[in-house]
Amino acid sequence: MKALMFGWEFPPHILGGLGTASYGLTKGMAENGNMDISFVIPKPHGDEDKSFAKIIGAGNTPICWRDTDWDYVKARIGNVMDPQLYFDLRSHIYADFNYMNVNDLGCIEFSGRYPDNLLDEINNYSIVAGVIARTLDFDIIHSHDWLTYPAGIHAKQVSGKPLVIHVHATDFDRSRGNVNPTVFNIERDGMLNADHIITVSDLTRRTVIEKYGINPEKVTTVHNAVEPLNDELKNVESHKMKEKVVTFLGRITMQKGPEYFVEAAAKVLQKVHNVRFVMAGSGDMMEKMIDLAAQKDISDRFHFPGFQKGKQVYEMLKASDVYIMPSVSEPFGISPLEAMQMGVPSIISKQSGCAEILNHVIKTDFWDIDAMADAIYSIITYPAMYNQLRDEGLAEVNEIKWVKAGKKVIDIYNKLLNQ
Amino acid sequence: MSAVCFYFKIHQPFRLKRYRFFDIGNDHYYYDDFANDEIITRIAQRAYLPANELLLQMIQDSGKKFKCAFSITGTAIEQLQQFVPEFIDSMKKLVDTGCVEFVSETYDHSLAAIGDEEEFRRQVELHDKLIYELFGQKPKVFCNTEFVYNDEIAAQVYSMGFKAVLTEGAKHILGWKSPNYMYSPAGAPKMKLLFRNSKLSDDVAKRFTDTSWFEFPLTADKYMSWIAQAPKEEQLTNIFINYETIGDSHPRETGIFDFFRALPRFAAEKGVEFWTPSEAVSKLKPVDQIAVTHPISGADEARDLSAWLGNQLQDEAFHKLYSVAERVHLCSDRRLLQDWDYLQSSDHFFYMSTKHFGDGAVHAMFSPYESPYMAFTNYMNVLSDFIVRVEEQFPLSIENEELNALLTTIKNQESEIEMLNKELRAIKAANEGVKDNEAEEAKPAAKKAPAKKAAEKKTPAKKTTKKKTD
Repeated sequence: MKALMFGWEFPPHILGGLGTASYGLTKGMAENGNMDISFVIPKPHGDEDKSFAKIIGAGNTPICWRDTDWDYVKARIGNVMDPQLYFDLRSHIYADFNYMNVNDLGCIEFSGRYPDNLLDEINNYSIVAGVIARTLDFDIIHSHDWLTYPAGIHAKQVSGKPLVIHVHATDFDRSRGNVNPTVFNIERDGMLNADHIITVSDLTRRTVIEKYGINPEKVTTVHNAVEPLNDELKNVESHKMKEKVVTFLGRITMQKGPEYFVEAAAKVLQKVHNVRFVMAGSGDMMEKMIDLAAQKDISDRFHFPGFQKGKQVYEMLKASDVYIMPSVSEPFGISPLEAMQMGVPSIISKQSGCAEILNHVIKTDFWDIDAMADAIYSIITYPAMYNQLRDEGLAEVNEIKWVKAGKKVIDIYNKLLNQ
Repeated sequence: MSAVCFYFKIHQPFRLKRYRFFDIGNDHYYYDDFANDEIITRIAQRAYLPANELLLQMIQDSGKKFKCAFSITGTAIEQLQQFVPEFIDSMKKLVDTGCVEFVSETYDHSLAAIGDEEEFRRQVELHDKLIYELFGQKPKVFCNTEFVYNDEIAAQVYSMGFKAVLTEGAKHILGWKSPNYMYSPAGAPKMKLLFRNSKLSDDVAKRFTDTSWFEFPLTADKYMSWIAQAPKEEQLTNIFINYETIGDSHPRETGIFDFFRALPRFAAEKGVEFWTPSEAVSKLKPVDQIAVTHPISGADEARDLSAWLGNQLQDEAFHKLYSVAERVHLCSDRRLLQDWDYLQSSDHFFYMSTKHFGDGAVHAMFSPYESPYMAFTNYMNVLSDFIVRVEEQFPLSIENEELNALLTTIKNQESEIEMLNKELRAIKAANEGVKDNEAEEAKPAAKKAPAKKAAEKKTPAKKTTKKKTD
C-alpha cells in the first residue's frame, strides 16, 4: 500500500512532540511490512532517517518551471532529493505561480518552524501539495496536524484518494478554550473533508466530536507509543544528588499547568526539606513562575535550568526521583513515557491523553495540588512506592510499541480502501 | 443421608478517609465515617436485615430443621452497632431459636495469623469475647480471615482451644480428594479440619445471576439435588458465602430470597439435613490427615496470599504495620489500640493489589481508591501518623527489651505498694481496735511509707493517699 503523508516536523530537527510522534508512527507502520510511505515535510536537512520512508521536501518542490540541468539540481539539492524526482515534479506544475516569491529552482522557501507568517506557510505548503499529488502514485493521504490539513485536502481534490487526518492536538488544548477562529476553521475544514480522523487519545476524540461537531463514526483513537531507548541514552551519566529531585520538563506555557507544580512544591516543602524541584524548559510563563516561586519563598529549592535538548533531557531524567506533568489539557503527552523508560516514577494529570493507557503512574486532577503534593511526598518518602512505580512502570512502557499503533492505522486504511 | 452446613460471612472494614501527608502529626482521626455509614446502612437495608427475617422464617417454617452458622468480624459488629443497631436485635432474635452458631475469626479480618502470633491470639480472643457479650455463645469452630490457613496456623488455633477449623477447599491442596469429608490438620492432628465446597458456594455467590452459565437459572430444587447426589460416604457439604449475597450482590428481584426460602422444603424431600458446624464436628470422624505448608486462602484464582501480599507496596505496608506490634502491645491507650485494630483489616492491603490491572476487576470493584498507588499513599500516611503516636508513648531510642524490663519494674512496684498498703491497713485496724491513743502515733509513720514510693511512681502514690483518707 502506498501512502502519501504530510507532516511538519521530522527528527532530528524537531520543535515539539509532533515530530517524534510522526516519526514513530511512520516507522511502526513500516515495520508491519508492505508499506510504501512518502513523507512530505517543509524543509528537510538531509540527515533524516530515510530507511522506512521517502522524505520529500516541500521547499525543494518546484511550482514554477525553471530551465535547469541535472548537474545544477544535484549540486543545489542533491543532499535532500533525488534530482530525477525534481524533474518529475517539474513536469506536473499545474498553474502559473510566477507571481510568488520563488528561488532559482522555482521552489518556495520554507522555514520549517512556526514563524509569525505561519498561515502563509501553510498556504504555500498546500500549493506545493498540489504538485506532489499530481506526480506521485499513492492509495491514501495522511495529514499530521492542522498545519498540513489544507495540503491534505488539496491532494485529495487532485487525486480523489481518501484522506485521513491525524489530530495530534487541537486549538482547544493549546489555548485553554480561547480558540483562535482562523485556526479553528482550518482544523474544522480538515475534519469535515477527511474520510477518517485519527486522534491520539479519547480525550482528543471527544474534543473533535463535541467541539468541532464531527460524526463520531469517522473518528478513531490510536494512542501514541514510544521508541525504545538506545543503550547510550539509557546509561547516560549524571550526578545523583543527595536530595530527592522532582522534575517538570516541557514548555512553560498555560497548557502545561506549571503554576500547579509550584503550588504543590510549596506544600511539600512545608513538611520535607531534603527535596529540590526543577522546572526545565522555556516559555511565556517562565518569568511568572520565577516570581511565584519567590512569592512562596521556595526559590532556594526551586530551580529553572532553562530549555534542555537531546541528551540533556535524559541526563536530567536520570537525576530525577519524580517526574511530573500537571498539564491542563494534553492531547497525549509523550514525555511521561520517556521518564518511565528512564525508570522515573511519574505523576500526570487526568487531563492528559496518556493517562488513558498508563496504569503504573499516579494520576491526579491538574488543579488538585493537595493530591499532587501527596503523591510527590509518597514517592520520595516510601521506598516501596518508588520501587514499585519504577519497576512496573518500566515493564508497562516497554509494552507500548509503535508497531502496534502502526497496525491500527493500517487497519483504518484498509477499511477505507475496501469501502 | 447427607448434610449441608451453611456459613454466612459479614465483614466491613473501617475505610480510611483521604489523609494527606500534611495531616501527619496533626490529625489523629483516620476514618471516612460518611462512606462507612453509607455502605453498611445500604447493605444492611438491602441484605442483612431482610435476610435475617428470611432465615428466621425458614427456621420457624421448617420446625427448627434449618440451621446455619455466622462469621461476623468485630469491625462489622462495631459498625452495625453504631449505624444499624436494629440489626443486632434482629440477630439476637435469630440466635434465640438455637439454630444459629457463631464461628470464630479475627476481630478485624486481619492477616495477623501470618503477621504476629501474639496479635493473632489477642484478636481471636477479642472477637470471641464480643460474640459472647452480645450473643452468649463461645465459638468452637474457627475460620480465619479469607480462609488463610496452613499447618502452623492450625497448631495455633488448636492451642487456643478450638475443636475444628474451616478453610478453602483449594484444588492444589485437595487434589483428587473431595472437600465433603472431615479431615484433620497435619499441624494439629487432634483437631478437625473442614473444607469449603467452592464449586457449590460459588454457584450461589457468583453464578446465581450469570445468564451465560449453562445451568442458569439455578433453582432450589436443582441445587439440593446436587447436594443430595454426592456419593453416600461424602457426608457434609460446607457452603460458605458472604451474607450480602442475599439481597445486595444479587438483589431481591433476582429471586435470591425465594431460592433460599425453598431450600428447606427440597432438602427435606431429598433427605438432606442442615447441620451447624459443631454438630458436624461431634458427628463425623476425620478420614485423613492433610498437610498445608504454604498458606492458602479463598481469594483470586491462585487461592494464595497474593491478593494481600506480594507486590512491593503491600509488603512494605504490612511489614511497617507489624514492626510496631510489640510496642503497641505495651500500650494501654484505648484509642491507640482501637486504631491498631482498624488498621490491620486485610482490606487495606487488598486495595493495594496491582493484579487487577491484569486480571479480574474484583479488586477494583471493592476498592474506594482510584488506584493501588493511591491506596498505598493514603494508608502509609495514616500509618506514619499512627507510628508517631506509638513513638510518643514509647520513644524508639529505648530497646524493646529494656522497655519491657522497665514496665515490669513499674508493674511490680505497683503490686508491691498494693501489698504494703494492705498490710498497713490491717495493722492500722488492729491498732485502732486495741489502742485508740496509739493509733495517732502510728499515722505519721504510715504516711512516711507510701511517700517513699511516691517518688518512684505518681499514680499509685495518689491511690494510696486516697485509700488512707477513707
